[in-house]
Amino acid sequence: MNRAQYARLVGTYGVLIALAALILFGWWRYDNFLSAFNVTTVVRYNAMFALIALGMCFVIMTGGIDLSVGSTAALGSVAAAMASHYGMAAGIGGGVGAGLLVGFVNGLLVTRANIMPFIATLSTLLAASGAALLLSKQTSVPISPTSGFMLVGHGMLWIIPVPAAIAIIAYLLGAILLNYTSTGRTVLAIGGGEDASRLMGLPVARVTFLVYLASGGLAGMAGVLLAALGFAGQPTEGVGWELFAIAAVVVGGTLLTGGSGSVLTTLAGVLLLGILFNVLNFENGKGWISLSAAWQSVVRGLFLLAVVLLQARLTRQHTRSA
Amino acid sequence: MIDGALLSMRGIDKRFAGIPALRQASLEVRPGEVHALIGQNGAGKSTLIKVLTGYHRRDAGEVTYLGRPLEANSPQQAQASGISTIYQEINLVPLRSVTENICLGREKRRFGLLDWRAMHQEAERLLSSFRVKLDVRRPLMDFSTATQQMVAIARAIGFSARLVIMDEPTSSLDEQEVGVLFDVIRQLKTNGVSVIFVSHKLDELYEVCDRVTIMRDGSTVCSANMTEITKLELVSQMLGRDVSKVAGHATAFSRSATDGEGDVVLVAESLAAGQAVRDVSFRLRRGEIASFAGLLGAGRTETARVVFGADRPRAGSMSLGARPFAPAHPRDAIDAGLGFVTEDRKMEGIVPDMSVAENMTLALLPRISRNGVVDEKRQREVVKRFIKELGIKCSGPAQKIRELSGGNQQKVLLARWLAMNPDVLILDEPTRGIDVGAKGEIQRLIRSLSDSGLTVLMISSELEEVVEGADRVFVLREGRTVAELSGEEITEERILAAMAQGHVAHHDQEAAQ
Amino acid sequence: MIDAASSRSDSRPAASFDLFGFLARYGTLIALLLLIVFNLFFTRNFATLQTLNVNLTQVCTIVIVATGMTLVIATGGIDLSVGSIMAIAGALAPLIFLSPVFGGNVALAVAVGMAAAILAATLCGLFNGWLVAQFRIQPIVATLILFIAGRGIAQAMTNSNLQVFRVPEFQWIGLGRPLGIPVQVIIMVALVIIAAWMLRRTRFGRSILATGGNERAAELAGIAVKRTKLAVYAISGFCAGIAGLVVIAINSASDANLVGLGMELDAIAAVAVGGTLLVGGRATILGTLLGALTIQLVRYTLLANGVPDAAALIVKAAIIAFAVWLQQQRRA
Repeated sequence: MNRAQYARLVGTYGVLIALAALILFGWWRYDNFLSAFNVTTVVRYNAMFALIALGMCFVIMTGGIDLSVGSTAALGSVAAAMASHYGMAAGIGGGVGAGLLVGFVNGLLVTRANIMPFIATLSTLLAASGAALLLSKQTSVPISPTSGFMLVGHGMLWIIPVPAAIAIIAYLLGAILLNYTSTGRTVLAIGGGEDASRLMGLPVARVTFLVYLASGGLAGMAGVLLAALGFAGQPTEGVGWELFAIAAVVVGGTLLTGGSGSVLTTLAGVLLLGILFNVLNFENGKGWISLSAAWQSVVRGLFLLAVVLLQARLTRQHTRSA
Repeated sequence: MIDGALLSMRGIDKRFAGIPALRQASLEVRPGEVHALIGQNGAGKSTLIKVLTGYHRRDAGEVTYLGRPLEANSPQQAQASGISTIYQEINLVPLRSVTENICLGREKRRFGLLDWRAMHQEAERLLSSFRVKLDVRRPLMDFSTATQQMVAIARAIGFSARLVIMDEPTSSLDEQEVGVLFDVIRQLKTNGVSVIFVSHKLDELYEVCDRVTIMRDGSTVCSANMTEITKLELVSQMLGRDVSKVAGHATAFSRSATDGEGDVVLVAESLAAGQAVRDVSFRLRRGEIASFAGLLGAGRTETARVVFGADRPRAGSMSLGARPFAPAHPRDAIDAGLGFVTEDRKMEGIVPDMSVAENMTLALLPRISRNGVVDEKRQREVVKRFIKELGIKCSGPAQKIRELSGGNQQKVLLARWLAMNPDVLILDEPTRGIDVGAKGEIQRLIRSLSDSGLTVLMISSELEEVVEGADRVFVLREGRTVAELSGEEITEERILAAMAQGHVAHHDQEAAQ
Repeated sequence: MIDAASSRSDSRPAASFDLFGFLARYGTLIALLLLIVFNLFFTRNFATLQTLNVNLTQVCTIVIVATGMTLVIATGGIDLSVGSIMAIAGALAPLIFLSPVFGGNVALAVAVGMAAAILAATLCGLFNGWLVAQFRIQPIVATLILFIAGRGIAQAMTNSNLQVFRVPEFQWIGLGRPLGIPVQVIIMVALVIIAAWMLRRTRFGRSILATGGNERAAELAGIAVKRTKLAVYAISGFCAGIAGLVVIAINSASDANLVGLGMELDAIAAVAVGGTLLVGGRATILGTLLGALTIQLVRYTLLANGVPDAAALIVKAAIIAFAVWLQQQRRA
């Protein structure tokens, strides 16, 4: 096995191993780590990030980036809370619809106006945040207490919290889309070489557009969960979520230059970063040390650094052989 | 099928912004033949192929394919009608698996989802017909360039191609890999597939091609069976030089007025770098114009880059003025008194958003700045002087260089190095893409510089420039120096012979190939 | 492959009027002037020193950070970590000047605190540059690392506690007004002038533009591309450090959770609207100043005329997208 293959294996499966190791560590060290309460709390909360990271994963696989997801989620939560008074379905539809709208604009800016994804989604980040504040009149918007909308956040499907169930379904669909449809393979081909894809006769613009649309929709859905979990649409939430999602995607082994990635390991990346936080909380609870929550971001940053250095090596190998 | 041709292109014209790139070009390919398409850079090969594949729309002429007029408006349409192109830089997706690269665009499905097993089998089947066996699940980038080329061919065949166009497929392959590729090409032939083979390596043409079409200045000048044309004839047709006739003066060059040999300035011994440079040795003497002659892909530019410290050699040594010379960065070479005008003005020469003045003084910055502050007065003096001396046509030193014509851009880049007052100046295709007037000016300038003691190493694909301008010629062929000519020895005939056959060989193995 | 023929056609005739070029070059200035004229007519109390000061102080830190950002972007990079670096500098300085070690020598404490904070910020920038130059990691990702970890470091240093202080010697940089001009405005103007001068007049400035304009050509002309990249990220860190100090001085408090939050976006927006090419190679510090002022004045105008801040965000988004689109039209 040569070096490139080795690096690739670590890049793909390293995160799974790290995740397993972290869970084992928590199980060994803390009594209630795998308790039903702790597990449901962790997955319930991280479902939002998982949805956002899924959309981000697809965008990054095309070689783009979507900075707008955080404020899109905030907008989605406001829209969902307002619409929740017309029923649960309306609430979900409102949130997802608002997200799709932002994704639609992103797709147009990137594929039609040819504005680079970084700037296009930076401006929709601001616009979506503004729209959320306008809609909500700058305060949190309570959800309907009677429509059953809160079940989207707090309900249980058998033993699985609804948000987690939604995330799992989304990831399953995402995995099928990526691995078993030509659209999914085209996503990877675009990121691996946009010109080559064009010469291979693949529908580059259409698929790119779809990817931004989907990312917006998923961010909107994350907003729905945010509203249902917190009983209110929260226009000022979501700051920095996009960068957390990017970090999760990168830790999950997806190349930021596009062309290579996996849905499953992205989920592992989200869980890894999420559980890291949980472990730190437990550790503080034991009272041996007192690591503040701040350290989680330091550790996350270090994770990202390690992954990125590994990737740098991988891509250099790639450019050398090409 | 009319007159037995698979493809026939007749009277093709193509202009870009009014400038003709193709003039009444024609090409005829028979079923199951390997057809070589050769010509100098800018002869129109690429344009002709792009017209064929629908990348460019032709202005005039007709294309008949399988007996019917062909109207391809895009590479996809051409592909659908069975014409596949394999580009020089392989246009596949390196990060994706071999299977995806072969099957993307015509996936196999089962219950609406991709059927990976069937796709892997299909990929393996296609590759095995060339006796290539590999793990098709692995990413393409894991494999050698040659294998990647096989994959590209397999993709083409998978689209049931009748005609495969290969644009310089061997330029980055080693000898063994070339052998495998040729086996594949012969295999294609037996299966009745035609191949258009673009290459600059003459030996290869004789090895694998049946017929050849030679292009020059946008026209097809000759078509022949490979068995009926000699290498020398090929090269003369390509360069447009009739070897039997002595041509008149075609350039503004003249040989050095001063006879006698200067001191040796720069010596390179058995340089090797990458795939392109295998064994290059030369000596440059003070005040002479030395020239690398050779076909494309002979390793001339690559050698120059090594000398200038832009690439590192894998073997060999250099010395400059009797001292060992091993530049690790262009800065080292610049500090040692070298300058390098690159072949690719746009990608490696100009900084388009900078002004004429800023471009001209880019290398000079350390000398015209004091404590890191650019001395505007000195800069102005230098820039004014060179604008005047070289006759650079611009609205002023502040004009953006991108707004200048090619010839004037080139003069600015020349000035960038002349301002450094170098000992050795490397000029890679100094007159390419420049109008006739500016060309002559630059040629005269190069001569007067060398007369004043500057050592020039000039790489040129224009034979006239080499023959009329150079005091010494090193002929490179497939990464090796095969001949050194000086003074009266420099004739078109000898250069052509060395380029074609590696005559006057320094290396015995050359004759064996 | 570029055909020799088509490459000739891009030498445009200089005489014809290039609308997109004109707008891309002077659009920001025109917009700023129009805004001022509009406000003179429609906004009450616009032409007062008060208004000027409010706008200037609000835009100060953005301009300071955006100045460093302009240099980074000029090399074809980007720096997402500026906000976090501000937080680090903002957390470190009070830790030092409030510490009892200095035994009441306030001047020394403040001097050491400020120097250490700015040094730390510069080192953070150097780390970014090291990742970009040495490992060829895309700038977005390389600086994302400190974006995430940096704020954590700042929070960890202060245990996420709000550091409140009343140290006039330090707060002078945020609140002082020699000759009626806020010190932060003086710092801003000084930085802008120095950076603009450096970009235009020094060897380093040329290296920056050459690196961003055509890295391969720069390398072949002997420019130290790697060192240039290292330096611009270090400068960006330096500027962020100063901005961090100014922010906490104004607030009389340092909150690691809030200092510099979202600053990277404001700074990038100012650079983009100011007309600096986001792919590198062309940069204008003065443009960045104008860009920041324009964004600020748009916001002020909308607010002063009863439009909510949220709507101003949407307008800001449209301005950024339009400015970049305009640049693209010019290049195309």
